[in-house]
Amino acid sequence: MKAERKGYIYCLVLAIIIGILIMANLLFGSVEIPPKAVLNTLMGNGTEKASWEFIIWESRFPQCITAMLCGAALSASGLMLQTVFNNPLADSSILGISSGASLGVAVAMLIGGGSIAAGSFVLSGFLSVIFGAFIGASLILGIILILSHVIKNSIMLLIAGIMIGYVTSSVISLLNFFSTSEGVHSYIIWGMGNFGGVSLKMLPYFSLIIVCGLIIAILLIKPLNALLLGTRYAENLGINIRNVRNLMFLSTGILTAATTAFCGPIAFIGLAVPHIARLFSGTSNHNSLMPITILTGSAVALTCNLLCILPGELGIIPLNAVTPIIGAPVIIYVIINQRKIQYFN
Amino acid sequence: MNKDSIIIKGENVSIGYRKQTVYRELNFQLYRGELTCLLGANGIGKSTLLRTLSATQPALCGNISLLGKPISSYSEEELSRTVGVVLTDRTYAGGLTVRELVSLGRQPHTGFFGRLHQSDKDIIEHAINAVGIARKANCYTAELSDGERQKVMIAKALVQESPLILLDEPTAFLDVISRIEIMMLLHRLATEEQKAILLSTHDVEQALVLADRLWLLTDENGLECGVTEDLILSNRMDALFPNKEIRFDLMHGIYSPTVQGKQNILLTAGDETLRHWAQNALNRNGFFCLSDENKSKNYPLQLEISGKDRLKLTQNGEEYIHKSFESLLTSLRQKTNIAEKKYINN
Repeated sequence: MKAERKGYIYCLVLAIIIGILIMANLLFGSVEIPPKAVLNTLMGNGTEKASWEFIIWESRFPQCITAMLCGAALSASGLMLQTVFNNPLADSSILGISSGASLGVAVAMLIGGGSIAAGSFVLSGFLSVIFGAFIGASLILGIILILSHVIKNSIMLLIAGIMIGYVTSSVISLLNFFSTSEGVHSYIIWGMGNFGGVSLKMLPYFSLIIVCGLIIAILLIKPLNALLLGTRYAENLGINIRNVRNLMFLSTGILTAATTAFCGPIAFIGLAVPHIARLFSGTSNHNSLMPITILTGSAVALTCNLLCILPGELGIIPLNAVTPIIGAPVIIYVIINQRKIQYFN
Repeated sequence: MNKDSIIIKGENVSIGYRKQTVYRELNFQLYRGELTCLLGANGIGKSTLLRTLSATQPALCGNISLLGKPISSYSEEELSRTVGVVLTDRTYAGGLTVRELVSLGRQPHTGFFGRLHQSDKDIIEHAINAVGIARKANCYTAELSDGERQKVMIAKALVQESPLILLDEPTAFLDVISRIEIMMLLHRLATEEQKAILLSTHDVEQALVLADRLWLLTDENGLECGVTEDLILSNRMDALFPNKEIRFDLMHGIYSPTVQGKQNILLTAGDETLRHWAQNALNRNGFFCLSDENKSKNYPLQLEISGKDRLKLTQNGEEYIHKSFESLLTSLRQKTNIAEKKYINN
């Protein structure tokens, strides 16, 4: 069919763009490395300087892959939440799931003593931080899940999520008040967001977690399409709403917890990328929208990372200073043009 | 009626919610190949009944059997292949094309990833053609009118290949033409596709013309089922809306305000159409029309119509010829006013 072919073409184009962005991300950084040396390193041939090889393998490569996976994870969970709640403004940061993960991280860092210095963790502290994020995200997800049985109105549920987000933020502020200055410092640095938080050693585990979450998301494509008609139509099509919701929450929880723990609370990617994907592909059909969203998320995250490292020797721009600049205009564009955009009608 | 043709059967069914029973002891049957209309006042419980029939809400007691099997024993999947619904719910599928949306109806029949085989695609094309939306098959549903969207949802229910289709006020937000179109479409589908179709509606006029059966839901009598004409001729329509100022016009099959004429007028008309509209005008202005069988009596007010521009009014022996209803009604109003004033002055 026509639409299917269009979907494949978009995916192909996005894959090429991602490839180019990966190369760019490997090329640029605080240390200038000639393109030839980068290529040689990737091919497994040695380079003139051992330090270059080290920088590429230990810093730039994991950062690249992390950005790709985080972008995919945040966008996929954003898309799922938007469809399940039939609300174009749903997103793990708005529903309070990210703040839940942040709270877990804060507890682990400030109380548990998981001391970190801008991205490079000590392993024990590192594990406690991830664990904290999982607990925090699951806790909020549990609350949202219970609330979703009581509050049938999706918008009200969203507002409840925002309120929960506020409560967790204030708990975090209280924790900060009672914490040591180093703890607060490392928490603030983490809170700025950074794709450099995953070391090469950690990368396989991180990738595994994200891929698991993404697989659940892909398995949900069929019920997500049915949910475009609203829950009562979906039920009539044989969808078990409760099961689908639970699976969606599991996937979102895994994806949000992993990205938040490793890279900090990253705003706007989950909210904006599904819209970018819908606008470009011109469809709400998850058969093509889900893969396109995942790939677009990767491309956007890689672009953000590239912008962060562009100053080169001057240092790194915090990730959360870049994502709103890309994300917010998209959301505003979508809101202004909502009468003209198909998927709103 | 063949036993196989009963799709759904209810015996002594109570419907409602845990804390509140809405109806008790309902008995009903739906037949294959028939269009049934569920009529009732607003808030009387039509939607509750439909939800119970689609098993989204359990019956409080009694037996509902779907194709001879208790409805409660159906799994979600089986139900989705047996009952198709069309609702008035808001959908969020504007970004799907018509064909994609209709394809969603195949979900109960497709595998884990919802891949469509050629046979599925054929069924989808058939449904799109059957509801007459083939021209727009590649359009976004956002671009459709309300009537077209309703047709798409009906096509979605068709591709579910369920023997029973339930529609909750499918014509609620449509203009008159689309309403009639949808009703005609549903009647045709019931016959051609051999479905049992039940819809709730407020369009009494179209229901009386096109429904094979009526289900009348009232507080007093519960659910009354029967072939349309049987119910009409046993005066069941008047019970539907218990209101003294509105009565069911058996002749024309419509509800109209009860005539409360203050003054009698003898009406003679050239044909039935002239008589109907003359009576309409006179009733609206507070006159009670007497038919020409009472001609012998010498009434002070008489109207004789032999054409739309030949209206002869005889008042106390004086004759006036009017060329339009406008001048007739104006003079009638003035004269009755004068008469009333005289009466008051005297």
